[in-house]
Amino acid sequence: MKRIGVFVCHCGLNIAETVDIKKVVEVISKHPSVAHVVDYTYMCSDPGQDMIKKAIVEKKLDGVIVAACSPTLHEITFRNAVASAGLNPYQFENANIREQCSWVHKDKKTATEKAIEIIKSMIEKLKLNQSLTAINIPITKKALVIGGGISGMQAALDIANSGYEVVLVEKTSSIGGRMSQLSETFPTLDCASCILTPKTVEVGHHPNIKLLTYSEVEGVEGYIGNFKVKIRRKSAFVDWDKCTGCGLCSEKCPTKVPSEFERYMGPRKAIYIPFPQAVPKKPIIDSENCIYFKTGKCRLCEKQCPTGAIDYDQKEKFIEENVGVIIVATGYDLLSKENVGEYGYGKYKDVIDGLQFERLLSASGPTSGEIKRPSDGKIPKEVVFVQCVGSRDPEHGMPYCSKFCCMYTAKHALLYKHAVHDGQVYVFYIDIRSGGKGYEEFVQRAIENEKILYLRGKVSRIFQDDRDDGKLIVWGVDTLTGKKIEIAADMVVLAMAAVPNVGVKELAKKLKISTDAHGFITEAHPKLRPLETLTAGIYLTGCAQGPKDIPETVAQASGAAARAITILSKPELELDPLIAAVDEEICTGCGVCVEVCAYKARELNEITKIAEVNEALCVGCGACISACPSNASIHKNFTKKQILRMIEEVI
Amino acid sequence: MELCYYPGCTLKTTAKNFEAPAIASMGSLGHKMVELPRWNCCGTVHSLADDDLMHQLASVRTLIRVLETGADKVVTLCAMCYNTLKQTNRIMLEDTEKRDRINNFMDEEKDYSGNVSVLHLLEFLRDEVGFDEIKDKVKRPLDGLKLSPYYGCLLLRPEGIGIDDIEAPRVMEDLIEALGGEAVESPFKIECCGSYHTVDDIEPVVERAKMIIDASGTRGAEAIVVGCPLCFFNLDYRQRDVKARYKEFNFIPIFYFTQLLAIALGLDENICDFGEHFVDPRPVLLNKNLVLGG
Repeated sequence: MKRIGVFVCHCGLNIAETVDIKKVVEVISKHPSVAHVVDYTYMCSDPGQDMIKKAIVEKKLDGVIVAACSPTLHEITFRNAVASAGLNPYQFENANIREQCSWVHKDKKTATEKAIEIIKSMIEKLKLNQSLTAINIPITKKALVIGGGISGMQAALDIANSGYEVVLVEKTSSIGGRMSQLSETFPTLDCASCILTPKTVEVGHHPNIKLLTYSEVEGVEGYIGNFKVKIRRKSAFVDWDKCTGCGLCSEKCPTKVPSEFERYMGPRKAIYIPFPQAVPKKPIIDSENCIYFKTGKCRLCEKQCPTGAIDYDQKEKFIEENVGVIIVATGYDLLSKENVGEYGYGKYKDVIDGLQFERLLSASGPTSGEIKRPSDGKIPKEVVFVQCVGSRDPEHGMPYCSKFCCMYTAKHALLYKHAVHDGQVYVFYIDIRSGGKGYEEFVQRAIENEKILYLRGKVSRIFQDDRDDGKLIVWGVDTLTGKKIEIAADMVVLAMAAVPNVGVKELAKKLKISTDAHGFITEAHPKLRPLETLTAGIYLTGCAQGPKDIPETVAQASGAAARAITILSKPELELDPLIAAVDEEICTGCGVCVEVCAYKARELNEITKIAEVNEALCVGCGACISACPSNASIHKNFTKKQILRMIEEVI
Repeated sequence: MELCYYPGCTLKTTAKNFEAPAIASMGSLGHKMVELPRWNCCGTVHSLADDDLMHQLASVRTLIRVLETGADKVVTLCAMCYNTLKQTNRIMLEDTEKRDRINNFMDEEKDYSGNVSVLHLLEFLRDEVGFDEIKDKVKRPLDGLKLSPYYGCLLLRPEGIGIDDIEAPRVMEDLIEALGGEAVESPFKIECCGSYHTVDDIEPVVERAKMIIDASGTRGAEAIVVGCPLCFFNLDYRQRDVKARYKEFNFIPIFYFTQLLAIALGLDENICDFGEHFVDPRPVLLNKNLVLGG
């Protein structure tokens, strides 16, 4: 029989005011399993903890109950105290007589009785507690980062600079992501390439970063500390080891197609490096448009290549990597044009989206930084910007705010005015959301200094007027004056809603992480665990989680990297043993537990036909235990027998 | 194949010349339009009031008549009838509480649960006949005829009821092209025509008609095509009032899509009764040798 010590805490007056501590001590001390009872004003204080430690040794206790606050507060405190006195920490139980007793009752007599019952039932549980040891899991000291935009790069650099290896997988042929398409960045108007290039170069050269561009994650197995990742390296049809990035192949290639990087406003070749500062600076062949792949003739690039790097027979490769943690940084795309028929986006060449305008502003863009409209190359003198296109519009877009459009529209308007002094800018907005350091000042500066006309209201239709030089007629409303507005514009820029990148849903399925209704990856807790997914060891950052601007993305990336490093830096992963276990004698291998487990911690062993528990993934939620029809699934130190004894004690 | 057809009031009175070419054209496409027996008014103008179930009854009764013929779909020619019947049908299909109240009230009828599909003829032509099939059957292609489709509201709104994309519909453009004509897109093809204001206050109707017609005219359209009898009235007959106000206004003839279908399929032009139009479309057709003239 166990020698149990019970320590009753007053918690100042929090407990003592409603619970008669003296009475509790008196009753509990008569309990046959209790060898020692004592009360104290603050059990969690150092003297309080010392009382426990001393009693364990002096009274030869082999079980400890602290009747105090909720275990979410001090369970770990007391467990550590018990362990330091040499007792197994799982021979400690926390009886909650504060939140579930003194705080919710007024009548001292009934509260006292309840406190006694709570303690007694906890004694019954403790009597059957096993001594457990923490579960240790080895950790592969390597991280996988999916997505090579600013978010993925920052996370990869932080981890790599902490001394751990990183595999960075990017689906396009070069890193930099959306940021590499931007011209200048708000609110300081830094040139995006100038601040981005040092980072892309650092990633490209970092000894701890293995960069796999033009690659995609094909499959993921395993669990925290021990992921096995299969990566598909798509065929570029160019041997990148031989290629020097000289660009002769692209120069001579006869095929021109609209460039994805230039948002289809400028051409690229069928063999191409997307932009001059690309890292790695290696070309790929677009086999859908390459003459050789279509007709079997040409091979001009092969003839031009001084190093013989062109390889039309190159096959895709599969690479396997073992990693301990994964960071998802898959970024965003803009809502497709099908959703906004009334604005003629996709029909009229001079109705463009925000990223297209970035390319028009960019010194390395299709117009070399001169603002020329796509239809005829004229400099537009009247430009209308429309905010919230598809954002905050549940009817035929997205209900959420895309967050960075207010700022980039103000930036666009300002940069346009810097370039075209006699131009007129109109901005249609619902609200101006400029929360952020220096953001509001930036917007005000644009409005006041550059005389940009902000009109509060939505645009109902944009159409081309055939009578007047093909001007775009914009119909809108100014809700502050209540007037309908018609503007004959030369160009219209739509701030389209930001949506998750293509393929994120499929990736999420492979990673066994969840996405929200719109396809953004769900965080474990919106406030307290915003950098983690619900799957242990997988973290998220950047626009994969929701639209956000560069400063926020970079901050989140460093946060996610820090979370990942807390795992990588441990010698072994130590996990709480209070999880599910299987009685192998009873288990029939029906597999119900596998179906109900939300954490993918239960698995049917094909050979033994027994449902096993993956101790690294199990969180001890108990779903499988209540679902198990044969009582083979048990919860360690929370068995059905213990629960029944606790109930018997109370009723 | 027989097709259950609900005419509604207009097609039997002021728009007879839209019905005859529809029935004849569908016949030559192999679909016999059979008029629904004992049909009644659709209820006109779907009531949006949440507690106004009485206004749904006329439509429900008509839909029950459809089931009684053994059909599971009904086709209309009028955009108003289409819209009213379909919106009521949606209530009966999706809102079980309202469905029960209506069914309980109409205790002389069998219970109805929204299982008839309500189609506008344009929708039927696109989805069930197919524009490729129509193209094959065209005998008198509308070569070189520049036609501007005008949709109005009831064919497209609200979401889930309309027959095509609310903001960028294509169905009439595709039909025109299948018939060999040239579709001229106007930005005002989905603007309101002024609707029932035409009864008590023609002012906004005249202004809108002018805006809509001018926009098609300046873009080179020789005629406008509609799929709603009320739009037809406002765009055709109100041109008289537009001209009275704006001397420089140029008349443009308006076609009902069924009339163009009949012409292109080589049917007798007299079934279209073009003499009933305020702006006579025959000169335009004559110009392209699509009618005999005289």
